[in-house]
Amino acid sequence: MSAILKNLWLRNTVLVIVVAIFMTIVNMAAKGQFLNPRNLVTVLEQISYNCILGVGQTFVIITAGIDLSIGSLVALTGVVMAQVANHLPFDGAPLVLITLLAGLAVGAAAGWINALPVVKLNLPPFITTFAMLEVTLGLSYIFSGGQPVAVNNAIFSSIGTGSIFGLPVPVIWMVVVVAIASVLLTRTRFGRYVVALGGNEEAARLAGIATARVKTMVYVISGMCAAIVGFLYMARFSSGSPDTGTHDELLEAIAAVVVGGTSLMGGQGSILGTFFGALLIGLLYNAMNLIHVDSYLQKVVLGVVILLAVVLDELRKRYLAKA
Amino acid sequence: MRGIGKSFPGVRALSGVSLTLNAGEVLALVGENGAGKSTLMKILAGALRADHGSIAIDGAEVQIASPHDAERLGIGMIYQEFNLVPQLNALQNILLGNEPVRGGMLDERAAAQRASAVLRDLGIELPLDRPASRLSVAQQQLIEIAKALSKHARIIVMDEPTAALTDREIDALFALIARLKAAGAGIIYISHRMEELPKIADRITVLRDGSVVETREATQFPPSDVIRAMVGRPLDAHFPALDPVRPDAPVVLDVRDLSRRPAIANIDFSVRAGEIVGLAGLIGAGRTEIVRAIAGADIPDTGTVTIDAKTVRIRAPHDGIAAGIAFITEDRKGQGLVLGMSVRENITLAHLAQFVNREHLISRSREEESARKMIGELHVRTPSPEQLVRNLSGGNQQKVVLAKWLLGQARVFLFDEPTRGIDVGAKSEIYTLMKTLLENGAAIVMVSSELPEVLGMSHRILVVRDGGIVREFTREGATPEAVIAAATGAAA
Repeated sequence: MSAILKNLWLRNTVLVIVVAIFMTIVNMAAKGQFLNPRNLVTVLEQISYNCILGVGQTFVIITAGIDLSIGSLVALTGVVMAQVANHLPFDGAPLVLITLLAGLAVGAAAGWINALPVVKLNLPPFITTFAMLEVTLGLSYIFSGGQPVAVNNAIFSSIGTGSIFGLPVPVIWMVVVVAIASVLLTRTRFGRYVVALGGNEEAARLAGIATARVKTMVYVISGMCAAIVGFLYMARFSSGSPDTGTHDELLEAIAAVVVGGTSLMGGQGSILGTFFGALLIGLLYNAMNLIHVDSYLQKVVLGVVILLAVVLDELRKRYLAKA
Repeated sequence: MRGIGKSFPGVRALSGVSLTLNAGEVLALVGENGAGKSTLMKILAGALRADHGSIAIDGAEVQIASPHDAERLGIGMIYQEFNLVPQLNALQNILLGNEPVRGGMLDERAAAQRASAVLRDLGIELPLDRPASRLSVAQQQLIEIAKALSKHARIIVMDEPTAALTDREIDALFALIARLKAAGAGIIYISHRMEELPKIADRITVLRDGSVVETREATQFPPSDVIRAMVGRPLDAHFPALDPVRPDAPVVLDVRDLSRRPAIANIDFSVRAGEIVGLAGLIGAGRTEIVRAIAGADIPDTGTVTIDAKTVRIRAPHDGIAAGIAFITEDRKGQGLVLGMSVRENITLAHLAQFVNREHLISRSREEESARKMIGELHVRTPSPEQLVRNLSGGNQQKVVLAKWLLGQARVFLFDEPTRGIDVGAKSEIYTLMKTLLENGAAIVMVSSELPEVLGMSHRILVVRDGGIVREFTREGATPEAVIAAATGAAA
């Protein structure tokens, strides 16, 4: 490999070029339907749910943890918010706000409970959040009677399917969540502590960091991100369903995080990376749909791309570590 | 090994290094950190490949391209940090990767026979069925040695083998080395401890800046000459002269009835401004536990800690920091540093509150300014504040740990093995720094297993044995013999 090529590769430029070439080819194959603004906005809308879940998961994964409960927490918060919305004697903004706060509270509480055995007894988060996955899934069926709970007030639907400046509401939410989370991770004490904790928990503790609090917060953040997604789905479909969020959402959120360069070993990661990870996965699906790739084959391609992205990233890091 | 050269991007680690090891001898390899010892030994062990040079064993040139090659050629490495699987027992660790198999199944009986044969040859005993995690450091080291010998190693490299051993264990190790010598093995012995070289080495080779400076018979190479060869300049004053504690100096740290059973019980002592109190004692006597309990790293059962006449309640490390305590741990990689973070991020980690602006955001520029200042003051050798701490040498890593604690306005500094595993030059820089802290009115408690360090850098010495303080010496009244006697309980 020539030096220029190497350099480009190291700066991720090669990835961008490859993706660009790929997109151009797809675009030609799809007769211009791929790279037109309307399609791209659709892709952004499609990834916004996954991306917001991934943002929360990024915090958890940087601490070398994992949150398996986010998918069913989307369902539970959606159901709870639908019920709350139907039982509140308000209308307009107060109704929306209180409903949203109720969902966030449920998400935060679930995250807090997730963290409790992790920080108090040092249990593996894989187990505690897996238990939470089951509990929240069961609760969402209980609170909904197993059927989607239709939301009576039309205001939610207008939010869920609305647009601002041509951007769908979920995209706006995604941009705001990514921006806030990115600042939180890179520019605040909390963010620094998250990374330090993931890199060396004992050193972080001895440096005076309240590690239990930081750890608890990352699960709370993850739970709240799930609640936001629960809200967006609930608003979009005008109903809270116990089936929403419980399919591929969890794994695709984790995939977005990992493809985005965050290490499952902890101590390293970025929010923007997660956004681009989600975007890459979204574009890939969309492209395959446009050129009529068989849906079974789509899964195979996605798996290969995830593996490839992680392998390339690892090779790049190794090269940089040597240089 | 002849004309060995190795470069890393930007660094020439070794150039033209040649050394010879005879059967039945101990060759001591000494040099400051970064002198190239580890690189040279990693080349011998197949963990790295040399750019130039050749290696011959028994006169025949060999290629060592992997650790497996090295093993096959009879080269055994005993690293300072052991490579044991903590959950496996001693026997399983000794035979790891070499398990006798019969019909596709592990042959337990043959394994037991082979392991006990190795131990018998070595003349040592080990509880073979006990998990490695429950063995002492000395026993774990014996496992490493037995592991190497079970693979028929004839060239054995030991990296700082005595760093974590007590004096009695060191004697046992030296006796073992003598037996290995007698059996015809060649041993390369890497050490920072000058005082043990005359006892153990037949020849001494000094490395400096990637080249061999000098090789002499050990009897012709007194420690002062060795040190001079290592640093390339005479190092007359090993320890800086400490000013006496002013008679009117106030008590800064006062510890009463501190207990954390079963490790420590009823610890009472105080330290005045400008004073260093050294805690001497054997490994496991409870010295580390004392400083950990003061710092809040562990929670004591009973006891009061008073700082500047104010009783403080310490239930976690952040309480200790708030009370003005800086705790520099013995294990810098495991407890002192986040290796995957940059020098800057490590330095500011414990005092980030100093760097947040009104919007609660970290001011990167102020952070960088402080980091640069500390790097300059402590002479941390790093290409930039953004370098990952993982890539620094041991001495420079230790300086980063110190920089982290100097950012705060701590009144009490607890140093646990402040110079373990770091080179002579960095050591004396750290001593000088301790002296500066004293001049600023700080109180220092220093735990050290290096007797000369305790004797040379303390105003008073407290000897810890079995979790209690058994004896107190003034600096003038302390002799190595008396301290050792008190620490081992040899004489009352």
